[in-house]
Formats: sequence, C-alpha cells, structure tokens
Amino acid sequence: MNIVVPVRLVPDLVEEINVDPGGTALDASWLRLIINEFDDHAIEQAILLKERGGGQVCILAPSVEGVDDVLFTAAAKGADRLVKLEGLTDVGLSSHALARALAPAIQALQPDLILTGVQAHTDLDGPVGPLIAESLGFPYVGYVASVTLQAGSASVRKEYPGGLVAGMEVRLPAVLGIQAAEKPPRYVAVSKVRQAMQTARIETQAAGEIDASGALAIQRMFQPEAAGRATMIDGEPAEVADRILEILRESGIV
Amino acid sequence: MSQDVFVVIEHLRGRVADISYVMLAAARALTKGTGGQVVAVLLGENVQALAARLAADRALSIEHPALAEFTPDAYPKALAPLIKEHQPRAVFLGNTSVGADVASVLSARLGLPLVSSCLRVTAERRLTSQVCGGKIMAETELPETTTLITMVPGGYSSEEGQSDQAPALSSAPAPALDDLRVTLTQYYEPEAGDVDISKEPLLIAVGRGIQNEGNIELAEELAKSLGGIVCASRPVVDQGWLPTSRLVGKSGKRVKPKLYLALGISGAPEHVEALADSEMIIAVNTDPAAPIFAVAKYGATIDLFDLVPELTERARAARPA
Repeated sequence: MNIVVPVRLVPDLVEEINVDPGGTALDASWLRLIINEFDDHAIEQAILLKERGGGQVCILAPSVEGVDDVLFTAAAKGADRLVKLEGLTDVGLSSHALARALAPAIQALQPDLILTGVQAHTDLDGPVGPLIAESLGFPYVGYVASVTLQAGSASVRKEYPGGLVAGMEVRLPAVLGIQAAEKPPRYVAVSKVRQAMQTARIETQAAGEIDASGALAIQRMFQPEAAGRATMIDGEPAEVADRILEILRESGIV
Repeated sequence: MSQDVFVVIEHLRGRVADISYVMLAAARALTKGTGGQVVAVLLGENVQALAARLAADRALSIEHPALAEFTPDAYPKALAPLIKEHQPRAVFLGNTSVGADVASVLSARLGLPLVSSCLRVTAERRLTSQVCGGKIMAETELPETTTLITMVPGGYSSEEGQSDQAPALSSAPAPALDDLRVTLTQYYEPEAGDVDISKEPLLIAVGRGIQNEGNIELAEELAKSLGGIVCASRPVVDQGWLPTSRLVGKSGKRVKPKLYLALGISGAPEHVEALADSEMIIAVNTDPAAPIFAVAKYGATIDLFDLVPELTERARAARPA
C-alpha cells in the first residue's frame, strides 16, 4: 500500500492576519506558516493505516518557509518518504493552480491511496483534494473521519451535519479528504524531530510551470466590519466576573 | 450561456437541508441583477415531496436509483451533463459535506471557475467569501462564464428561500450511472450521549484555548455552579477530551441556548454557523481579533484561566445550595 499525503502550510490564525496595501491579498510579510490542521490529521490517518496494515507513507509539500520542520516532524511520526516541490509559493496560490502542480508529482509516486486535509482556511476556490482526484481520474470522498483498507477498496466514514455518519466503500486508487483522523495527531518530542533531521532525507523536485488559468479576480480583501461586534468588558478578572454575573441576572438567565 | 441560476438542493434521508433555502435566497439576489430564473435542481428518487417549500421559479429533477442516497461519485456524474447542456449563469451548492465534495470535481471536470465559502451575493454580481477562519473576507466578481459557487450559512435566513407554493417540477433524463466507484454501505446514527446539548438552555463551551484535558474540569465546575452543561468546538472533541455528543458545529449539533458562554473559542465559521440561534453569546478569548466577537453580545479578552475560577466562585456563592 503506497499512501501519499499532500500537505500545505497556511497562515497561523493565532497571529494577526492583515491585508496587504494593495487590498487584494494577505500581507505575507508577517505571516507565520504552520501545517494546515486537516493535513496534520491526514498524516496521522496515514501513519495509523501503515501501523495496522504496512505500506509506505510519502509526504509531499510545496517548498515554503517552515516546510522542512513539517516534513521532519512527519518523518518522526513514521513517514517513510519526504518530498518538497520547489517553485510553488503556497500563500496566495489558488487551489486549482496548486492541484495542477501537485497532480503530476503525485502520479509519479504511483499511489494506491491519497489522503489530504478536507479543506484549508485559505481555500477561496474550493478544496485541493477533489481537484487532485479529478485530474488523476480517481474518485474522491471528503469529510472522512475513519479509514479501513482491504484489497482494492477502502471503507470510510463520512461525516454529515448533525452527527450523522455515512459508511462508504471507495474503489482504489482514491483521494480522501480527511476531516479528522481516528485518533488525535500524535505528539512527537523535539528530540525525535532532531533525530529525524539527522536520518531522514528530503527529496527536492521542481514543480512544472504553474498553470494559474481560470484564477478568480479578487476585487477586495478586508477584515469583517466592526459593526455588530461584542460590547467588551474590561478590567481585572474579579471585575469581569462580577459584570458577567450581573448581565446574566439582568437577562434572567441565572 | 443562459441567465438562469441553478441551485442544487441538498437533502439527506428525506429532509431538505437548511442550506438549500439559504442558497435559494442567494440565487434570488443574483438574478435580480442578471435576470433569468432560479432553478432548483433535485437529484434523487421520488423527489417531488422535497420541492414543496422551495422558493424557486421552477424545479428540475434527475431521478435514478443510484441517486437515492448521496454519493460524491454519482452526483457529479449526473450534474455534469445537465450543466453542460443548460449552461446556467451560476450553480449554487452548499459548502458542506455534500456540496463541497461535488463542486470541485465539477469545476475540474467541466473547466469551470469555482468560488467557495460564499456568504453574500449582490445583484451587481459581487460575491463575498469567508476565508482565514472568518478573519478575512474576500470579494470577487462573478466570472463571465458559468460559475460554481459553494455557500456557507449566515448571509441569508432559510425563511428567505422558502415559499408556500411549490415550483413546477419537470424532469431531466438521467445519464448512465453505472460503474460507480463510491457506494453507500450504511448510515450510522448520531451518538446519543448523556445530554442533548441542542435542548440545553445554558451552555459553557470550550475551545482550543482550554489547552489540555485536565482543564476541562474548570469548565465543568463553572457549569455546575451556573446550572449549565459543558460543550465544545471541534479541536476539543478531536482530542477526545469530550465526547462527540458535546460537539457544537458543522458536523456536530446546532444549539439555541439562552446563554452560550464561549471560552477560548476563536469562532471559525464551521463553529459559528451552529450558534446563530443562541439568545446571548458571551465570548472570552485573549485574541481581540477572534471572529467569535463578531457574533457575541459581550466579550472579554482576559485569560480564561484567570476569569473562570472567579466566575465559578461567585456563581457558587450566589446559588442556593
């Protein structure tokens, strides 16, 4: 079983996110990039499958700042092969352009199964997983929270709103958009990541020419208006606690 | 290209999803500028009853046993020829476990542009999408070709897309739907859990900011002192710190309590969409730019670990034993 996990790095939402002076893109100068959290779940699901049934896990990522850490961390978790694609600046690149660049690299790895995050918060033109699936001619199922493999097919659990889950059978090779791995992504100690840096090797491939055709014309990016925002309660913890209880009493909630 | 706007009606197990009505409202807003009709597209088997409340000018159905239940393989196979033949101005799908699986596949298969996570649409063909977990809005102009749009809730009420008069329903031929690569095997019912958070009047919700499993106890103490129940956003449930029955959000429960006290929750769109009916939201988050403050009535940016013990103590003192 050859499992390929395309991952990408996205701006850390814990940090301040600003729009650049042009007003149509994120201000990249201060962005701190971290692994897309759904891709982290995809890596975990891939490692779980390998632990249960053997096989090889290959992680593929666009080469951006911080990518080596992401790849070595995956190696410390149990990934076998690490590939970074040069020539793709991920931030601001559309899902369509990214999928077109990733598809040939994935195909060259001859995967039986491709796991990737169901979405990234930077997606403006849809998630990348189904675009990859379609360009490779593979079926796609997204919002997957559990995967079991048998010869030639995968049994997955797909999540619907309200907690309903559908069991689906998917013919392989296939692309699955992972919502959550069966277990939370494992923690690896820094020492193990350092060890992986000594032993694992990152292969570098050049992405082909970027095909950004059909890209959306962004007119404007902005932070949501302050209108309708919360009335802020300031002060020391005790004061804030008093005020909150007062509000609850006034509203007849307690 | 026609000026009609298609809305792919989302339904599961005989029930039309709210997002379908939201999409009909958005489609109506768009046709005010473009002209053309709002056309509800129903895929399934015996779908007539599902059309009853759709505020559409007409409805088009494709019926086939393979479409009786949603699968991400059969739906695009059925929709692609329909879109190719009719060339509508736009096709709306939900940015959901149904629509998002289909929209990207159709986009790649038909070479059509896709605008996702769309919240509002104007008659001037401007689309506003939510990105970066709701921290940034992106405005795009509707491309000059048939465009696929996936909608998120929040921009329109579902009532706006409902009507007492069912649209006239005509049927379109189903394409050959054999050699399907994805099949439904069974549904698993939602985990029942010890409490039904969708019915609880007082919810103490914890998010990533709660940091670790041991800290859940702090929220439990507070809930006990206020007479409420603890629930959570996705990261907390994914970590296994609370059961799935306590999940509020897109793939969890929708809630409508008197009080929703959000502790360490950023307010990603997937979470916020399930809170819309809460009577009062109070949010505590150290990030002043957290999107949760856009939906909360009151907010505080102090550390929840400083606030919660103080709040618990006071609530306990005020509550008769």
